[in-house]
Amino acid sequence: MKTSLLRDRRLLPYALIAPALVILAVFYLYPIGYNAVLSVFSWDLRGPMKFVGFGNFAELFTDPDFGKVIQNTLVYMGMEVSLVMIFGLILALFLNRQGWLSEFLQGVSFAPNVIALVSVSLIFVWLMDDDIGLFNQILSAVGLEPVGWLSDTEVALFSLVLVSVWKSVGLNALIILSALQSIPRYLFEAADLDNASAWTRFRKITIPMISPTLFFLVLVNVIGSFQAFDTINVMTQGGPQSSTNTLIFAVYREGFEYYRVGYAAAIAVVLMVLVGLITVLYFRAFQKRVHYR
Amino acid sequence: MTTTIAPPTPPTAAGSSRGPASSPPPPVTPSARTARSGTILWKAVRVIARIVVSLLLVLVFAGPFYWMVLTAFQTASEALSIPPQFWVDAVRWDNFIAAFDRVNFGHFALNSAIVTGGTLLGQFLIIVPAAYAFARFHFKGRDVLFGVVLATMMIPGQLIFLPVFAMYAKMGLLNTHLSLILPFIASGFGIFLLRQTFMRVPDSLIEAARLDHASEFTIIRRIMLPLAKPTIVTIGLITFIGTWNNYFFPLVWTTTDAARTLPVAVPRLEALDEIAPTIVMAGNMLLVVPILIVFLFARRHIISAFTYTGVK
Repeated sequence: MKTSLLRDRRLLPYALIAPALVILAVFYLYPIGYNAVLSVFSWDLRGPMKFVGFGNFAELFTDPDFGKVIQNTLVYMGMEVSLVMIFGLILALFLNRQGWLSEFLQGVSFAPNVIALVSVSLIFVWLMDDDIGLFNQILSAVGLEPVGWLSDTEVALFSLVLVSVWKSVGLNALIILSALQSIPRYLFEAADLDNASAWTRFRKITIPMISPTLFFLVLVNVIGSFQAFDTINVMTQGGPQSSTNTLIFAVYREGFEYYRVGYAAAIAVVLMVLVGLITVLYFRAFQKRVHYR
Repeated sequence: MTTTIAPPTPPTAAGSSRGPASSPPPPVTPSARTARSGTILWKAVRVIARIVVSLLLVLVFAGPFYWMVLTAFQTASEALSIPPQFWVDAVRWDNFIAAFDRVNFGHFALNSAIVTGGTLLGQFLIIVPAAYAFARFHFKGRDVLFGVVLATMMIPGQLIFLPVFAMYAKMGLLNTHLSLILPFIASGFGIFLLRQTFMRVPDSLIEAARLDHASEFTIIRRIMLPLAKPTIVTIGLITFIGTWNNYFFPLVWTTTDAARTLPVAVPRLEALDEIAPTIVMAGNMLLVVPILIVFLFARRHIISAFTYTGVK
């Protein structure tokens, strides 16, 4: 039977893609639908499921803490994406030259990217310790006030952003760098003939030529920022006072610590809609602007 | 001898034979006046600034790793001293022994190896035939099905963990290695990348093989795979790093230690009461060092894999 299937030229391709498609359907497509179903039930993973209609959503949107969770998620996104892009671009421009030094620095700045975020988080928990962490020891050595990196509600979210930026800025810089290096040299030569200043060359040639890459990176970083979980779970557990509780962490906590699966699924639906909405709006807004001029 | 104005040269420095445009920085334009008064001084300032920034970068990116290693070899009193100590007098392994005493890292390391190895092997077996079919066959519904594959790349994995957990619980798959491998072997991203490579293989090679009555299996093994080796290594490296480092799924899809991996086990040290950072950092090195060694040896390849796939 099997051999005849593999011999039939019309059926063969279907046989070849079937395993992959089955797995993708079972683990990606079906769960999206099942998640939507779960969001209209009340369920503790063990007992029977109880239909509650839009009750979970109603509860969600009347919960004052949920507004805070959305706000944290968006603030985290804004800070993380802008810092990664700004520092990534600066680093890429700095590394844009030949030679062993640049090569070496590329390796050094990329290294954090291959390390588990959990490990990175543990290192920074130690560095950011209130009393004996290196950061505060340095601050007090130069006569500054210590900072409650992970204990101050005003600072903790920013500390998580810092860790994430530290880990991923090297990767972003190297992607921008490869875009920089693919700009045809004659464009700059032409600009030199016109006595264009460095700033003009940067603004009129470099930025437009790498804008598709920048566009792509912003989107990847935005979607990535919604998935930030490891740092939060290891470093702050959403605290202090929910100041670092984000959507994805709320899904995890409601579902796995409080066993409110339906409620968690409802948050996941909100997150999914938010990601989809931002992606679509982003494409709309930038569709016309990003192109080679 | 053709003196046309700079043809579109490739981005390499190949076409730099013409005059002053050999290297980007010094255009002869705006600072001509200051340049005349102090070219050497100006150059020195630039070089020094470069060195300072370079040192700063090393400090920022390598510093935290140094601090981890340092702490892992210090005694608790050295690590907690004020002002901090930036060196150790003697290399001690006490902290590593203490870490192993508290958490059974051997068990978790084995799980990590099984899950990572299983994912790599399974992914190879699943995506190679799929990518081959998408690249080399015309069949009804191909484009729609490929669209489905691409669409799954857009779904943030963390949004599906609850439904999959419920599914695993029903099927009795919780706390198995398989549960941590299965969802990741049909990588839409891997299929996409490999398909691109397979599409570039010249038709003539395949036609010649068919004339020799080669089976599809032979064509894949003898023609496609050797030509796609760099792509397969790329996908393999990304999968290896991603799976070894993964924390979220081994955390949420397990309820016992049976299948849990190192990233779930290491932070446990931190959660213990009354534990010195020295022991946490020693445990942390178990997770960091293997991947850092791989990185040191395959640095160029890993970087180009990540940046290439980033650029698409």
